[in-house]
Amino acid sequence: MSKVRVLVGTRKGAFILTADGARKRWKVSGPHFAGWEIYHVKGSPVDQNRIYASQTSGWFGQIIQRSDDGGKKWNTPGSSAEELKSPDGTSKGESNKFVYDGVPGTHQWYDGTQHPWEFKRVWHLEPSLHDPEHVYAGVEDAALFESKDGGKSWNELSGLRKHDTGPKWQPGAGGMCLHTILLDPQDPQRIYVAISAAGAFRTDDGGKTWKPINHGLHSEYIPDPAAEVGHCVHRIALHSSRPNTLFMQKHWDVMRSDDGGDSWREVSGNLPSDFGFPIDVHAHEPETVYVVPIKSDSEHYPPSSRLRVYRSRTGGNEWEALTKGLPQRNCYVNVLRDAMSVDSLEPCGIYFGTTGGQVYGSADAGDSWKPIVRDLPAVLSVEVQTLP
Amino acid sequence: MIRVVLPPHLRTLARVDGDVELDVNATATQRSILDELETRYPMLRGTMRDHVTQLRRPLVRFFACGEDLSHESPDAPLPQAIAKGSEPFVIIGAIAGG
Repeated sequence: MSKVRVLVGTRKGAFILTADGARKRWKVSGPHFAGWEIYHVKGSPVDQNRIYASQTSGWFGQIIQRSDDGGKKWNTPGSSAEELKSPDGTSKGESNKFVYDGVPGTHQWYDGTQHPWEFKRVWHLEPSLHDPEHVYAGVEDAALFESKDGGKSWNELSGLRKHDTGPKWQPGAGGMCLHTILLDPQDPQRIYVAISAAGAFRTDDGGKTWKPINHGLHSEYIPDPAAEVGHCVHRIALHSSRPNTLFMQKHWDVMRSDDGGDSWREVSGNLPSDFGFPIDVHAHEPETVYVVPIKSDSEHYPPSSRLRVYRSRTGGNEWEALTKGLPQRNCYVNVLRDAMSVDSLEPCGIYFGTTGGQVYGSADAGDSWKPIVRDLPAVLSVEVQTLP
Repeated sequence: MIRVVLPPHLRTLARVDGDVELDVNATATQRSILDELETRYPMLRGTMRDHVTQLRRPLVRFFACGEDLSHESPDAPLPQAIAKGSEPFVIIGAIAGG
């Protein structure tokens, strides 16, 4: 019988939730890396035992952790007991060394002045679809790095940061982070990324050159609402069978593109609020999309204090509230951008974590929900592995 | 033998219990101690000082013999009590945040 492993990053550690395919009884392990902020934990799609984690701290900086046994044991890449014992002295302790390529330029600061790029942390780790040793990292201040040796060393794909528009990028409230990395399953040269607050970008040559893909976005909070860059994109999602169709939760507005991001149109439709953070697509139905509406950018909790996931089976515009099992009064949690994910079982399972420490799961595509855990630290990220 | 006290999170990262004892084959300075510490525990590189600039991370402090030496030159000789191991070189995460 298949299994599900839910990887949860929180403000004070990582947790791993496992269940069989029925998804009724869950085991909880953790906290891993207790006391550290775990921005993201994600498994390789080609090696279920290979998991990468971003561990970060305002005191001690960025740490990359790696597990090769499904999350039981963890090591900073290159520093495992076996590698430290090796006679050739291979360990260089560079698994947390993220250095911008060349002289870092400047980007726009909160007060409109120019400010130098400064590395702060890894927001998102995206393992390659083909090679467990190859993994991408989206970082703050916004840039894309990659490792081809399992996280032992990192190099910047600097064509993105050096794009002509770079000096116009600016931090959102959470910092200037590259938080979304989507790898095209049909074209290994095509990668999508999203940056707050610059917008979405695409490369068609494996990361050498990039183009902003923000045509059709409209953001009233910037001087030119239709500017080429400056949009606060919160999250993008795609279905592997249709990689040219993208769904976006922007600061405000839920958007859709059917041409690889070249143009966007709004599909917020009847949502009670089109502000929110996560967005995801059903594993088997490329037109079924999920969002979690949040009241506003100044009130980061659900409208009417009712926690509702909204599902569209029509690729947007027409949305239904999914409430069964979710708190429908006095609920003031938020769901952050990387904190929702789907499994690939039948029926599709959906999972999301809240800033109140709950991780909710649905084993019926969102029709009903149950809390898997209720009292974790604030949840930063949720990823799912479907295991054979 | 120089004794180094790591903050709890770095002890966990380095997988050590209690104080770390180091043989430093040079004058005992902040730099020579950190160099030896990072050689022995490479997972600590970048956590106490920047990988490239080698500057102390802002919320990391170095205490010794009841003094805060964080703003001293990294190449200044440390007190004899540190060099002899009768007093520990203490690395701490500053009290900040929650």
